[in-house]
Amino acid sequence: MNSLTPLVVVLVLAIAFGVWYTRTRGEFRKKKTVNGPKLDASVIGVELGARVTMVQFSSAFCSPCRATKALLEDMVKTMPDVHYAHIDAEANLELVRKLDVRSTPTTLFLNSEGVEVGRAMGTPKRSQVLAAVNAIR
Amino acid sequence: MAVLNQSSATTKVKLIDARGPRFSAVITTLVLAIALVTQSAVLIALQLVVFAIGAFAGPAKTPYAFLFKKFVKPRLKGEVRTEDARPPQFAQSIGLIFAVVALAGSLLSIPALFTVAVGFALFAAFLNAAFNFCLGCEIYLIAIRIIKK
Repeated sequence: MNSLTPLVVVLVLAIAFGVWYTRTRGEFRKKKTVNGPKLDASVIGVELGARVTMVQFSSAFCSPCRATKALLEDMVKTMPDVHYAHIDAEANLELVRKLDVRSTPTTLFLNSEGVEVGRAMGTPKRSQVLAAVNAIR
Repeated sequence: MAVLNQSSATTKVKLIDARGPRFSAVITTLVLAIALVTQSAVLIALQLVVFAIGAFAGPAKTPYAFLFKKFVKPRLKGEVRTEDARPPQFAQSIGLIFAVVALAGSLLSIPALFTVAVGFALFAAFLNAAFNFCLGCEIYLIAIRIIKK
């Protein structure tokens, strides 16, 4: 079987997946119904922000996690009503299952009650984070 | 905070030049593509050795990383971005698994097994090279969610 067919199939699938992957990473996805569990400082390790709390899940084998952490930590410095929490997914598997976190980095956006209103997978752009935070009252 | 363990996610990491693994992924893609078309067990065996070095000694110790340091890096300009060595090392171990399966397919005369295993490895290597895809980000958490009770 000395043919180009398998190569072409793999490359076409990989390009299609790659384009989808690039477009969706970092995108803020709003939840249709805000009905998740209420999180608080005893779970995420940080007091809830007055308006928004961003909770980032990271893992060891994840390069974009570092960039995401640096970005979000920098952004909360200028937003007093927004707090940031960083959680090692592997060490907190129970929470990961409860919130159905599947990949890293995943950043949950919690409202003032501590309930998730949406999440972003992958490293978001500064503008995407701002838009997501501004949309939460 | 008893429930929170921040230890392994982002602290105390070995840093390497982030462009090295990307360059290695390009070479890996070419080797796997040629192996897939020619059904070459020899090429897969060589790539298996590279994956094994990357998985056990680290991604900066492979022959491809040597080529990068010797011939590519001196020509590159601009700021050196570093990254944690563990994500590419994890990707190399996944590559190693596929290479072992592919080689087994070849030795047991099961060409379909060879093709599928090389195809998956090529899929991941190409995504890494072309789109900076992070394999560890997407599959590691799913894997431990399944494995650890």
